[in-house]
Amino acid sequence: MERIRTLNTRNLCESAKNGGCGECQTSCQSACKTSCGVANQQCEKAEK
Amino acid sequence: MVHQYKLNGCNIVIDTCSGSIHAVDEVAYDIIAMYENGAPEEIVKSILTKYADRDDVTEEDVRVCIADVESLKKEGRLFTPDTYSSMAGTLKERSGDVVKALCLHVAHTCNLNCSYCFASQGRFHGERALMSFEVGKRALDFLMESSGSRHNLEVDFFGGEPLMNWDVVKRLVAYARSVEKEKGKNFRFTLTTNGMLIDDDVIEFANKEMSNVVLSLDGRKEIHDRLRVDYAGNGSYDRIVPKFQKLVKARGNQHYYMRGTFTHANPDFTKDLFHMADLGFTELSMEPVVCAPDDPAALTPEDIEIVKEQYEILAKEMLKRKKEGHPITFYHYMIDLEAGPCIYKRLSGCGSGTEYMAVTPWGDLYPCHQFVGDEQFKLGNIWEGVTNTGLRDSFRSCNAYAREECKDCWAKLYCSGGCAANAYHASGSIRGIYKPGCELFCKRIECAIMMKVKEALEET
Repeated sequence: MERIRTLNTRNLCESAKNGGCGECQTSCQSACKTSCGVANQQCEKAEK
Repeated sequence: MVHQYKLNGCNIVIDTCSGSIHAVDEVAYDIIAMYENGAPEEIVKSILTKYADRDDVTEEDVRVCIADVESLKKEGRLFTPDTYSSMAGTLKERSGDVVKALCLHVAHTCNLNCSYCFASQGRFHGERALMSFEVGKRALDFLMESSGSRHNLEVDFFGGEPLMNWDVVKRLVAYARSVEKEKGKNFRFTLTTNGMLIDDDVIEFANKEMSNVVLSLDGRKEIHDRLRVDYAGNGSYDRIVPKFQKLVKARGNQHYYMRGTFTHANPDFTKDLFHMADLGFTELSMEPVVCAPDDPAALTPEDIEIVKEQYEILAKEMLKRKKEGHPITFYHYMIDLEAGPCIYKRLSGCGSGTEYMAVTPWGDLYPCHQFVGDEQFKLGNIWEGVTNTGLRDSFRSCNAYAREECKDCWAKLYCSGGCAANAYHASGSIRGIYKPGCELFCKRIECAIMMKVKEALEET
């Protein structure tokens, strides 16, 4: 595509099929303690 | 749902529901903006008129770009329909009453007297107290008993100032380590400290046992010492910085964060972050103050605009420093596009009041550290478990689709509907929103994604 470059990203729709193990870190536990963001959480599943 | 924005020379298109991110040129940017509301012929005409002076924008070329947009839509990478609403509560429902993370308030007291402290100088609006080993041990047992099949359990030693109860912290870690294998669990400990009592013993133990340490520093000496003072009114900067430097140096590659708070006194907080970098720290986090709007430390609407500009300055400076070979990390700009959280996590939020709870020195349970001290938010205690099940249910119902205001927000799968405590303090309801917080959150995500886009474009 000449004018569009798509970055490699995890497909969220696909992640509905095998996600949801619940092992990832609680969002606010690590550093901020005063806001909520989930984007900076690491997925703990080896097979995504 | 598509969000388009221009930042630092990048034209960026985020497809919220698929998580796709596209770096586009200005022609494609305009085509995408018109695509859902205009017929192809209208788009062609409009683009050719707008770019009439550009030789590289031909009718054929515009039609190819429209076809590319169509392909992306068919592939589910653009204009992906929002179909998650019915899934929003499923992870929490599936998790049942599982608890997997505790914030242990081992010390409701502090050796600093910071006026902006949301915990009222560590007392959380109550009496000063230290958690006994017996209460802490029972809290860890409660966590293991309540965690179902979860393997990774998180415990944050929090306060007040947890180092004022250091012996109990060490004994609790030793206890957890002695039983985790037989229970099939893996404890991850975090220590959040103001640094005043750090010594060689703390450094050695924390670097051996804590998955993460969060070190409170507000940046420049004059900013830090303005609010982070002892009970005699003396600033703490000179006493803590050498201790932090020693701890971080000894920590090697393990996780840590320098964690600051910025207020009305320093909305130009990047100066404080860069000061931390000058001190040799590379893992940085800085948060807007959480306080009542009439507090002198509160950020004003004018400050919020300054802060947004500051986030852009920070993102650009981080890109520059990375290129120069001395990168810094900012907590809110950490975003893993390829291996980040699944849709369930993105829908279900922080887990406060369900999988995450705070424990007071007396063993009472609260939805999170920010609700401690507000009796109406008491969930139960570590002996009887959650007894206020109605309150837990109301926290369970918080997710990315729980708030009307979030319905059309492009960032809802990055914030999951936001912080329940911020929402409560701003609106009186955990299902409300804290609008200034939303604005800053959106700005941070825009900056974080811009950095990824910029780097991707420069790689080619």
